[in-house]
Amino acid sequence: MRFLKTAWHHIKRSPYRAFAIVFILMQTFFVISLFTFLVAGSVKIIAYFESLPPVTAFFVNDAKQEDIDGLKEQLLATGKISEIRHVSKEEALKIYQEQNKDDPLLLEFVTADILPSSFEISAKQIEDLAEISSMIKGSAIVKEVVYQKEVVSKLQSWTDALRKIGIAMTTVLLFDSIFLMIILIGIKIAQKKDEIEIVKLLGATNWYVRWPFIFEGMFYGIVGAILGWLFSIALLWYSTPFLQSFLGAIPIFPISPLFIVSVLGAEILLAIVLGVFSSLLAVLRYLK
Amino acid sequence: MITLENVSKTYNIGTAGLLDITLKIEKGEFAFVVGPTGSGKTTLFRLLIREMLPTKGSIIVGNLDLVKLPHKKVPHLRKKIGVVFQDLKLLLDRTIFENTILPLDVAGVSFLQAKKRVEEVLAQVGIEEQKEKFPIQLSGGELQRVAIARALVLAPEILLADEPTGNLDPKTSSDIIKLLVEINQKGTTVVMATHNVDVVNTLGKRVIGLEKGKLVRDQKKGKYAVS
Ligand SMILES: Nc1ncnc2c1ncn2[C@@H]1O[C@H](COP(=O)(O)OP(=O)(O)OP(=O)(O)O)[C@@H](O)[C@H]1O
Ligand SMILES: [Mg+2]
Repeated sequence: MRFLKTAWHHIKRSPYRAFAIVFILMQTFFVISLFTFLVAGSVKIIAYFESLPPVTAFFVNDAKQEDIDGLKEQLLATGKISEIRHVSKEEALKIYQEQNKDDPLLLEFVTADILPSSFEISAKQIEDLAEISSMIKGSAIVKEVVYQKEVVSKLQSWTDALRKIGIAMTTVLLFDSIFLMIILIGIKIAQKKDEIEIVKLLGATNWYVRWPFIFEGMFYGIVGAILGWLFSIALLWYSTPFLQSFLGAIPIFPISPLFIVSVLGAEILLAIVLGVFSSLLAVLRYLK
Repeated sequence: MITLENVSKTYNIGTAGLLDITLKIEKGEFAFVVGPTGSGKTTLFRLLIREMLPTKGSIIVGNLDLVKLPHKKVPHLRKKIGVVFQDLKLLLDRTIFENTILPLDVAGVSFLQAKKRVEEVLAQVGIEEQKEKFPIQLSGGELQRVAIARALVLAPEILLADEPTGNLDPKTSSDIIKLLVEINQKGTTVVMATHNVDVVNTLGKRVIGLEKGKLVRDQKKGKYAVS
């Protein structure tokens, strides 16, 4: 209690110093939250693509039913197919309507005619997918083949890159935060040298002197983490409509509130460790 | 209570603060330490609270051997000794109340209890009305009282007063001395460094005389000057 009070005194007496520390911590935790959300979103997007049938073959508009059946038999004859499903134009329309049910404008002009019918194909062995998809590509009634594995691996490499950039930025910012905190708390300790000497002559232990600085670091960490998190949530909230229309059928919204709150919880924990670590270093360095 | 044996203190730059001092102050005693400027009075006090170690000799305070005392135990020693520092050492950015409560806070006493004790002590030294003021708003004599209040607030076993009447008029001086005598009568060992001839002469207490760091006299019922 008494240490908290002293810590609060330190903070109140030098607001610019407090602001500088909170500001850098806020940036750090903003970046951490942002990349956490980006990577979590990417993981969800990848999971969505992985849940789709591995190969989808869209037919040309005037594909005849007997040609389609012929292709199906030909594929089954390879013995490598585990499942093959024909999605008719009517089914395609239903799916489309379901996906865009909130947007009447998009529904208005779309009829079953302009949507292609397709095969959704799964293989017994993933390695065979490449062969199957090239076989389908050769067929005259097939307009386009979407091979999910390519999409997934591309997404995967983007996500990896995102993760690396996030880790690199976070590391740099964490170092900045730690250095700034050590320096600014160190300056405070130097300013209070006479006072510290006096309280020690009155019988204060080293920890009596140290605790307020440690609480101070903790305070900065917590405030910085909450602010950084709030800004990232604000940005996320602001860009949700755009992302939603950009991602279309990919279901990453709504983001679970539990996830958002646990990100905050983890960040506060990290912030406390960070604040305590930095002030402890400052205190051990400047207070013998 | 306090035992020094062959204690010498030489400062880094070579000046001798104290030279081969052997002396003993019993529990409950009242002793003056006198001597010209630079004779080593403050040096003696700084040794007693382990602000520094003697160059030679041994110092025992209570049951603590200061030369062997581990760093961790120093706060424990200092809580047993109240000190009125020659330069007062008040915190200028804290009020009189906050200055006086500091030793209690350091000792971990709860605020409510501490507050009561501080008010008691401030009343005892007669400055309770000034408690919300800052040190720069007080006169020299009032500040001296604050320093005394802070030294007394933990009810220490030993009180070291380094020139506590330095800036005071005769009336206030004698008030302060009365206060110290009263505290001494309640059982506190009091050691007071002073240049105040009248105080020493009228009280007729033990006088320890220093000169250039050496113990030159130690009289049971002494006077300021050797007659
Ligand atoms: N920190 C120090 N470094 C070097 N020499 C010091 C230091 N402190 C005191 N001295 C020297 O030690 C000697 C004793 O000093 P001390 O302060 O004990 O005197 P004093 O008896 O308290 O004097 P006064 O009556 O003026 O307060 C002096 O010669 C002084 O110059
Ligand atoms: Mg002195």
